Amino acid sequence: MTKSEAISWYRIVEMFRFESFHMYGIIGVAVAASALIVWLMKRTQMKTLDGKLVVVPNPMTLNVKRHLLAGSIFGLGWALIGSCPGPIYVLLGNGYSILLLILVGALAGTIAYGSIGQKLPH
Amino acid sequence: MTGLDGLSQPWHWSVSGLALATIVFLLTWMGRKFGISSSFEAMCTVGGAGRKIPYFNTDLKGKSWLLFLVIGTFLGGFIASEWLQSPAPVDISESTIAFLQERGLDYPSSDATERGFIPTSIFNWSNGAGIIAALFGGFLVGFGARYGRGCTSGHAITGMAHLQLPSLLTVIGFFIGGLITTHLVLPWLLTLLVGDVA
Repeated sequence: MTKSEAISWYRIVEMFRFESFHMYGIIGVAVAASALIVWLMKRTQMKTLDGKLVVVPNPMTLNVKRHLLAGSIFGLGWALIGSCPGPIYVLLGNGYSILLLILVGALAGTIAYGSIGQKLPH
Repeated sequence: MTGLDGLSQPWHWSVSGLALATIVFLLTWMGRKFGISSSFEAMCTVGGAGRKIPYFNTDLKGKSWLLFLVIGTFLGGFIASEWLQSPAPVDISESTIAFLQERGLDYPSSDATERGFIPTSIFNWSNGAGIIAALFGGFLVGFGARYGRGCTSGHAITGMAHLQLPSLLTVIGFFIGGLITTHLVLPWLLTLLVGDVA
């Protein structure tokens, strides 16, 4: 993530301003290759290390309102701090200690959801 | 010349995309799933949030691997910055640079390390506006990730690889929110957020 610059706040601004293909390339290749891998694993009925078949992890019941609303809340924050959850840890590894503050914010958001978020449409 | 020179150059986006797909393969093969925001939930449970809030009162058995995913992610960043640092800042487009410059964010000097990763002129320990933005932005990401049950790794990559409609809708949501912030909020907010480079 560091070497491909996906952890860069500037890259995220650039992505949402559609001024570079870079981030779309990363996500596009990741999704296409992962989809192929998952399809092959299912198709060949490959067993996982614990002897099971590959299935959709934690499938969700469709709730358009919930998905769009939750996604939008996430996106509002993502574009502001310029990093999604994974890069928070990567940036800490890169020596940006201020990401601890973002992590505290994220944990507070997690706790807020755990305590009151259940009332939102699910 | 050392063997690390080639690795120190920025990697092409396709390399990173394939690396992410490799993570999906390994975790799926291990009977797990690639979704890193679950670590937030686990941290809250470890911290004892389960005593007061039933949502966090869960069994962490079988989730310890998440800790290793987090440590690995951290170490990846550490290794990349210690031994494989790129010779030049992130090569963002001229138009993005101009947009930021108009709002007081010089590139790359707004990142004190000049690597072009984080604008430390906004996000540092002494800029009050930046501190609020970091906490607030982090809050939205944490809240949204739990409400939507997943973040970029869980929905955009894993969920879409499994062709899940809920994941696609969540990702569309990511972009609705991201576009609102970037086009309607950042243009005026950035000017207010920029402090001295620290």
